[in-house]
Amino acid sequence: MVEKHTSDIGFSEAPVRASEWRRFRRVFFERKLVTFGLVVLVLMVIAAAFAPLLTPYDPYELGDAGESLLQPGGEHLLGTDLLGRDTLSRLIYGARTALMVGFISVFISGFIGVPLGIIAGYFGGVINMVIMRAMDAIMCFPMLLLALLLAAVLREYDVISGIWVVIIALSIAIIPGYARVTHGVTLSIKENEYIMAQRAMGSSNMRVMFRHILPNAFPPLIVLVTMQLGALILAEAGLSFLGIGIDPPGAAWGAMVWDGYRYLANNTALWLSPGIAIALVVFAFNMVGDGLRDALDPRLRGLL
Amino acid sequence: MTTYIVRRLIQALVVLILVTLIVFFVMRLLPGDPILIYVAQTAELEAMPQERIDELRAEFGLDKPIMVQYANWMAGIFRGDFGTSIFYREDVGTLMLERFPITIHLTLLSLIVGAIFGVLAGMLTAVRRGKWLDKIVTPLTYVGLTIPVFLLGILLIYAFGVKLGWLPISGYTSPLDDFWLSTRQVIMPVFCLAIFGVAANARQMRSSMLEVTRQDYIRTAWSKGLGERAVVMRHMLKNSLIPVITLMGVSVSIILGGSVLVERVFAIPGVGSLLVSSIFGQDYVVVQAITLIFAVIILLVNLIVDISYAWLDPRIRYG
Repeated sequence: MVEKHTSDIGFSEAPVRASEWRRFRRVFFERKLVTFGLVVLVLMVIAAAFAPLLTPYDPYELGDAGESLLQPGGEHLLGTDLLGRDTLSRLIYGARTALMVGFISVFISGFIGVPLGIIAGYFGGVINMVIMRAMDAIMCFPMLLLALLLAAVLREYDVISGIWVVIIALSIAIIPGYARVTHGVTLSIKENEYIMAQRAMGSSNMRVMFRHILPNAFPPLIVLVTMQLGALILAEAGLSFLGIGIDPPGAAWGAMVWDGYRYLANNTALWLSPGIAIALVVFAFNMVGDGLRDALDPRLRGLL
Repeated sequence: MTTYIVRRLIQALVVLILVTLIVFFVMRLLPGDPILIYVAQTAELEAMPQERIDELRAEFGLDKPIMVQYANWMAGIFRGDFGTSIFYREDVGTLMLERFPITIHLTLLSLIVGAIFGVLAGMLTAVRRGKWLDKIVTPLTYVGLTIPVFLLGILLIYAFGVKLGWLPISGYTSPLDDFWLSTRQVIMPVFCLAIFGVAANARQMRSSMLEVTRQDYIRTAWSKGLGERAVVMRHMLKNSLIPVITLMGVSVSIILGGSVLVERVFAIPGVGSLLVSSIFGQDYVVVQAITLIFAVIILLVNLIVDISYAWLDPRIRYG
């Protein structure tokens, strides 16, 4: 979303000279929702990291007779599913799945998308045309749809299983985001004198691109990565809701919502708790991304 | 302007070719014999004598070089021939004609709802910036942008379908058959699909309104003694709307992507649910057709958006 927060804040008196880090903290923590998002994410990372210690039950262990579809409360805080598995434990393990898919996909697609964008912007001409039009073509597919299509094909391969189908499919679907950001940065940077100086000194194209241009792309890339983590977790939830990706008995929030949907009125915790988990985490990533953008965007310097 | 349009059209044509290449080759990534895409399930293929397979291969042109196959596939699509569905044993083109109107109906309604309510919300929150309305609605737009549509759908079904019993929880009826029932059935799905558009439009509208507020001509309008209504409606609205138009492309993409989930939640027999069932039924000819059509729709919407944007804002076309 392209938005300008500039408009929200009028010009004030000349800003007091402050250290970069202090300014970053002030702008970032200024909005309560951003702080809230950060807290949610920290809690989620802790939950995912220490899942085996935190979960009251084994998330895969089937319950005994009579333990199926228990209501929340009592020994099972959020109740149990049809197979008698503890919902809270599965929820915590679901955080692992979501974060794993998110972080690995972001890494893979960044590894491909970032160089593509820099190369396109740096060399221009035909190379630029081919790369950026290919990115446009990928962007013509709704993210969920492209991921669905790729996942459908990938799962036919026996060597790639479960979660990796989703990871690879989502990684490909979000490449254009990176390419566009680094492409834009490269175009605006490459005419600068210091780049020319580097080339005059005989630096190779590789060196100029990755030592001197790439660092300029870091601030927008950090924002992009945060936003994309939210989008990826949402898409992963969508895919597992449709039944693609995580093989049973693995726990994925989207699949939990779909399974719980059958007990819509009888056992609300079953679909509502994973649903809220997804919504909360996606919301949190977006808020933190928004806060980072406000704090990192040089155009807002002096305004915020 | 003409140069701009021509340039943009050529660009769109290149992207269109790339889109068709993606759809074609992703399907070719399927492991095993590509004839699998054209002939029923693997079991049927295995039971077939080799001569018959070769015969079919020649019939579908699968013995030709891959680029020739691509060209033939494209030529077929231009003739409206998308192939035959394995599952439905029906021409995919005919199948699309049955299913697409449903998805288009929902998509158009969602776009309209998203535009009207989004612009309205953005306008009100901008004009009443910092007041209670702004304080409630603006944080809600964040929720609208991030909420999983399937969760929203289930929540609506739970509240308005099961608990209150006001709306039917699933199904679809053509508005031509029973307008009242159809409207009641589409309220919740359209709400789910429109929520992103409402939120995105509201945010864009709010910030572009606030941007416009600072312009000189708005100060002039105020200083010549115009009332708030005249300033907002006559002078601010039009210019603030321009950036909102660019969101149209994103909205269509989000709605079409979301239709896959929403149609499943509400058991609507549109293209979205057809896509999901075809993926599980390995009915790849159908999958191929739907993905291609969705991508082309988004491509065209973006093209129209870009051209109208340049037409409305001269800075773009001379930029």
